[in-house]
Amino acid sequence: MEITELKRIASQVRRDIIRQTYQAQSGHPGGSLGCADFLTTLYFEFLNHNTDFSMEGKGEDLFFLSNGHISPLWYSILARAGYFEIDELNTFRKINSRLQGHPATHEGLPGVRIASGSLGQGLSVAIGTALAKKLDGDTKTVFVLTGDGELQEGQVWEAAMFAAHHKVDNLIAVVDWNGQQIDGPNDKVISLGDLNAKWASFGWKVLEMNGHDYTSMIRTLRIALTFKQQGQPIVILMRTEMGRGVDYMEGTHEWHGKPPNEEQAQRALAQLEETLGDY
Amino acid sequence: MKNRPSAPWLNWKKPSEIIKMLDKYTYTEKKATRKGFGEAMVELGRENTDIVALCADLAGSLQLGKFIDSFPDRFFQVGVAEANMIGIAAGLATAGKIPFASTFANFATGRVYDQIRQSVAYSQKNVKICASHAGLTLGEDGATHQILEDIGLMKMLPGMVVINPADFNQTKKATKAIADHDGPVYLRFGRPGWPVFIPEDEPFVIGKGWKLNEGGDVTIVATGHMLWYAVEASRRLATEGIHADLINIHTIKPLDSAIILESVAKTGRCVVAEEHQKFGGLGESVAGLLAESNPVPMEFVAVKDKFGESGKVTELLEKYGLSIEAIYAAAKKALKR
Repeated sequence: MEITELKRIASQVRRDIIRQTYQAQSGHPGGSLGCADFLTTLYFEFLNHNTDFSMEGKGEDLFFLSNGHISPLWYSILARAGYFEIDELNTFRKINSRLQGHPATHEGLPGVRIASGSLGQGLSVAIGTALAKKLDGDTKTVFVLTGDGELQEGQVWEAAMFAAHHKVDNLIAVVDWNGQQIDGPNDKVISLGDLNAKWASFGWKVLEMNGHDYTSMIRTLRIALTFKQQGQPIVILMRTEMGRGVDYMEGTHEWHGKPPNEEQAQRALAQLEETLGDY
Repeated sequence: MKNRPSAPWLNWKKPSEIIKMLDKYTYTEKKATRKGFGEAMVELGRENTDIVALCADLAGSLQLGKFIDSFPDRFFQVGVAEANMIGIAAGLATAGKIPFASTFANFATGRVYDQIRQSVAYSQKNVKICASHAGLTLGEDGATHQILEDIGLMKMLPGMVVINPADFNQTKKATKAIADHDGPVYLRFGRPGWPVFIPEDEPFVIGKGWKLNEGGDVTIVATGHMLWYAVEASRRLATEGIHADLINIHTIKPLDSAIILESVAKTGRCVVAEEHQKFGGLGESVAGLLAESNPVPMEFVAVKDKFGESGKVTELLEKYGLSIEAIYAAAKKALKR
């Protein structure tokens, strides 16, 4: 797909994020906007997947969202990709909905394979599916997105150690490195230190990319795929800006878990072109 | 003995026949329940290539050596990292495998409660959490390792099946049975050698209790290691002409309500014995059932809001009130109420 087309999808996805969080008057717009370019690129350019959803996903690439709070982004992507009707985005965070505040399998939403929200668990789950693919002789790839604040969870590093030891080399982890978390910048809350060196010392192949530069993302993801089956798990440290695309939300943790009010939503939507039609 | 119901069951069997029923339950050897788990795993590995096993640096204690030798590609050593083990198991299950994630009960439950809650139970994953060294009978390692709260933790999770088998044979059968159950299961067993007294041909059905003795005086419900002690206590009661309706509940959740209610309708009193805290245990489940359907006097043979300590198995069980004598005394007390 042309980059201009990916950007058109991402613009609509950003509108969906603003409209969902505005309508629900809850949710997490900041990180969702920050990862919109990446998840658009992954789903519409890279992922070999079947929107006629099967939980096991045999013969498909799999994606896991470990930082489940950016659910309005994922729901928009899944709907726009064809997993379910876009009208269902109206039900985000409402009673009797499949679009739970944090992603869940419980209500049977197509495209979601594990509940996430309590942080630090997605990498382990992704490793489990990657091991199953190896047992089955399935050469497809498992992708997982984690937040950066989430790396403060010890389980992430348990999983990192395991994946290197067991040579889980059909796995690409992507870290949303926006430098922000609920209580403020990572460096004020708990510094992550030299992330590149940390992952490398755990035995991972480490790449870096700009999560808003489509050329950088496409090139880096292609390179990452060439490192598969070489005995090392792969991580991409992705520099992003929280709130990207909405001027007053950019670069601050303040919109981590706060929805826009009506006036703010209008201001945001005025900055985001409606390319594919609002739900 | 007030409120004592009439005794129609005496028309079904003579007291001498009832005593003979208990005679069936004797033993010639002691074997650890965990050995039953290990043996069953090898059979399961042979029967179903989707079966995989994980362990957090306790594969020897979990008796997984033969499984690892037989199916090295289907065993995953995760090291001392239980949270990661639960997550990986959830992933394996997502992709269609049947993972048996195993370690000591303390590390398999309390340490990883949130991982089990979100990635396994809420996500409805077909993960079998297999926990050895549960309860006081872990012995000398002491209270840090003697979890007595695990049944409560696991039974509170929606959709989680909770099973606590009573001897080697039952553990082996339970391990095989849970492989055929589609959904999350917590299987709890123990460390010490324990009487092997349940006949090998005794059927095992998840969620179905069964009777080791028929009697009309008092219902005794027992699970896990305490079942053997309940057999011995029932024998002792029988010598005094007190006939216990002895039920083994191996599946704490879903609870076999029918067998308990049928029995209590007959006896009008109930004793529950388990190697677990009173709070959150099988006794509490039975009490909830009876409170709703047929409130009767109940006695609890369980640990009463205490942590354990180091010691020999029999010393610990004695000190914390989990003895044959304690079950016998509880039955007598229930009869007086």
